[in-house]
Amino acid sequence: MSEHTDDLVAVTVTVNGMTHSRRIEPRMLLSDFLRHGLGLTGTHVGCEHGVCGACTISVGGRSARSCLMLAVMAEGLEIETIEGQGTPEALSRIQKAFQDHHGLQCGFCTPGMVMAIADLLAHHPLETDDQIREGLSGNLCRCTGYINIIAAVRELARERGPLT
Amino acid sequence: MKPARFDYVRPDSVDQALDLLARYGGDAKIIAGGQSLMPMMNFRLVKPAVLVDINRIPGLEVIEDQGERVRMGALARHRMTATDSMIASRIPVLHDAMHHVAHMTVRNRGTFCGSVCHADPAAEIPMIVLMLDGQVEVASASRRRVLPAAEFLVGSLVTALEADEMVTGITIGMSDPQSGWAFEEFSRRHGDFALAAVAVTLGVDADGAIRNPRIGMTGVGETAMRMRGVEALIDGCHPDEDMLGEVSEWLNDNLVPNTDIHAGADYRRHLSGVLAGRAIRAAYARARTLRGKQDE
Repeated sequence: MSEHTDDLVAVTVTVNGMTHSRRIEPRMLLSDFLRHGLGLTGTHVGCEHGVCGACTISVGGRSARSCLMLAVMAEGLEIETIEGQGTPEALSRIQKAFQDHHGLQCGFCTPGMVMAIADLLAHHPLETDDQIREGLSGNLCRCTGYINIIAAVRELARERGPLT
Repeated sequence: MKPARFDYVRPDSVDQALDLLARYGGDAKIIAGGQSLMPMMNFRLVKPAVLVDINRIPGLEVIEDQGERVRMGALARHRMTATDSMIASRIPVLHDAMHHVAHMTVRNRGTFCGSVCHADPAAEIPMIVLMLDGQVEVASASRRRVLPAAEFLVGSLVTALEADEMVTGITIGMSDPQSGWAFEEFSRRHGDFALAAVAVTLGVDADGAIRNPRIGMTGVGETAMRMRGVEALIDGCHPDEDMLGEVSEWLNDNLVPNTDIHAGADYRRHLSGVLAGRAIRAAYARARTLRGKQDE
């Protein structure tokens, strides 16, 4: 059992393939740890109570809201963030689809959208627009009206083909 | 920092967790999926002095087929319940309800038992647990007890759990394979809390009359509810316009929903009647089909 009664606790997590160790307060949210502890500001912080989906990341291969996890709870886990997706010079396939379909305007929700879509593509059927809409229902976008985001996911799902 | 200061403990076993609860009692809070607790901590509505993280305790992330019943361990995630093939075939009403429980990303972490412990009056899982004779396994360092869901769920966000206790698992009854089922919900956005939701299982007899109905509702009272009054009203009947009208009337006379920014009490009462009618019809049609197959 690990018990922490000091102010700071040690945490080691692997983010986008790189292992980081820090001493932090137990109450530090994983979203704040990524942004302030590691300088990975691609993960956006919107509502900070699990409604907007902007802070969505991947924990152990499944999407999670980083504002609803403490950094200490991620001890020893593998995390992926938007920074692991691609670079401006070499966009990931999901990012490229967003560009092609104009799936963003202000871009605030986009990192969370992309990380949610990575989970959808890896684990969900996405055979119909209803399935795509349901899959994205936990991510709010206030600019696009979603139509172009759905078009991007539709193309990604078509490329991927049926889940095996 | 959003949450208030706390000490963090990660026990390796249920016994260690129970010792911590015995030591800290009401100052401690168990965290599993954290999908309800973390928002409340971020708002500082909940400020535990000690947070007990049970996520690394082995053996809790399970769904067990016990024959007549199914058991969800304390860490059974919503995604596991929603995709479990045994639940899909043996408790289809729970399978259907799970599609309405939060969003993909929340389902990846949130837990079945956590939803019941949180006791949100608009959540789907407490309704199903009430409706299917749920039994809540409760443990403290000094005793174990099993509480029927109806005793465990006390009120809005209130349960019978004592400060030194944790829920280690919940069992619910498998459905009769001949029974029809339906789940109907209305919410502002798919996956959001229900403005009103109705779950129904029922059988039909040789004359086509409804038998052994079970009806649960959520979003329309202080807690999720099993609607024994409606069950008594429709038992032995055929679901025609008159009967469904009586159901609507009964709900209108008996429900006391809250008014909030999402909907008024009158609208919720109206929704309840509409959704109950749809669910009873759909469950009845399924039960007739199943009965037809049996008689062939």
